[in-house]
Amino acid sequence: MSNFLSGGLRAYLYRELLLTFRRRGDLLKPVIFFLMVSTLVPLAVAPDPENLGALAPGIIWIMALLATLLTVESLFSDDFQDGSLEQMLISPNLLVMPILGKVIAHWLVVGLPLTLISPVIAIWFSLPTIAVIPMMLSLALGTAVLSLVGAVGTAITLPLRKGGVLLPILVMPLYMPVLIFGSATIQAAVDGLAWSGSLAVLAALLAIAVALCPMAIGAALRLSHND
Amino acid sequence: MSAQNILKVEKIAFERNDSLLFEPVSFSVGFGEALHIKGPNGVGKTTLFKLLTGLLQPSQGRIVYCDQAIDHCRYDYLSNLLYIGHQSGVKAVLSAEENLRWMSPDNTTIEQIDQALAAVGLEKYAHIPCYKLSAGQYRRVALARLITSEAKLWYLDEPFASLDRQGIDMIEHCMQQHIDQGGSILFSSHQDPVKIAVRKYSVISYSEGF
Repeated sequence: MSNFLSGGLRAYLYRELLLTFRRRGDLLKPVIFFLMVSTLVPLAVAPDPENLGALAPGIIWIMALLATLLTVESLFSDDFQDGSLEQMLISPNLLVMPILGKVIAHWLVVGLPLTLISPVIAIWFSLPTIAVIPMMLSLALGTAVLSLVGAVGTAITLPLRKGGVLLPILVMPLYMPVLIFGSATIQAAVDGLAWSGSLAVLAALLAIAVALCPMAIGAALRLSHND
Repeated sequence: MSAQNILKVEKIAFERNDSLLFEPVSFSVGFGEALHIKGPNGVGKTTLFKLLTGLLQPSQGRIVYCDQAIDHCRYDYLSNLLYIGHQSGVKAVLSAEENLRWMSPDNTTIEQIDQALAAVGLEKYAHIPCYKLSAGQYRRVALARLITSEAKLWYLDEPFASLDRQGIDMIEHCMQQHIDQGGSILFSSHQDPVKIAVRKYSVISYSEGF
């Protein structure tokens, strides 16, 4: 029996990462974006440590949000154009596997690097060291939600040739809770308050997104051929 | 297998912008048979393939695979299906070998992949990224799947497009072998194959009051 594209999640994840590594320019884009913004902000606003420390939680989270939005747009468009998506849709296997593979790969390329270099950015912005661990935890959870929700948005706008305008409008409202609870986690840690509450909300958001987003993405991708 | 035909299409039609795209289509494909779908540009041949693969839902009519409507035997149907369309799913940044390995059944060995690439004349180009290949070579990467696939039913949308004479001969040879082994093929093309015996079916554009 022929089982085209019969690989499980690992096979899809490997393929996605291989494709990303072949386009190294795309791989560096988010990291360069973080470094650029975090260099420019202190130049643009008054660079005294107290001021920057107050801005840091918000800026780090807005960076995460914009970086996801910029990169998530191309998540399915290549596959849509070269016919890989068609082949995935007519594969007898579960559509969830390629979808999850793509989203996890996206998080590994955007969310994880941001999480890992965030301590450096925290030092630049003279964020108290006590807030670094909560910041990293909140970024790790929150950027995964951003990748999942962003993927739903791109899947919906896929058949529109000019989906670029619609995507932010569609996805932004859903990004708000992540932004609010993400920066609240860091702020609480800076103020010496308990931060586990808002982190738990982020974890809950992630649990909901993991359960619901792949289904929504699958349905949207199936519709994308119905124009 | 008790079914006489591997595929039977009963009066399927597709509506676009409130009118039918083509006259309702009915045909059947037997085991070891090739059916050549003909029709002018824009009549809806590619749409017909998308209807058959289930990428699009027909507005009316029924598609039957081995005596069962395809909605009832989706897994079985899709497992035995090989569809190569205009956009074949070949990734430009991967090499021919990586592409073919990904698109072949799990148990395909490296030797089989190399053999398939050699059969389509790409042995020298197996390890370079596909964006460096010409249009015809690119097409050959996709068509190398015909050799590694174990599917019984092939849907080929314009398989001969951008191939040279030698490439066409080679694909016809693959198709003949598949038919000889009891496989079935449904393909669209604007030129008649030379070497294989096929039945023809013409798709006619829909006209009011026809």
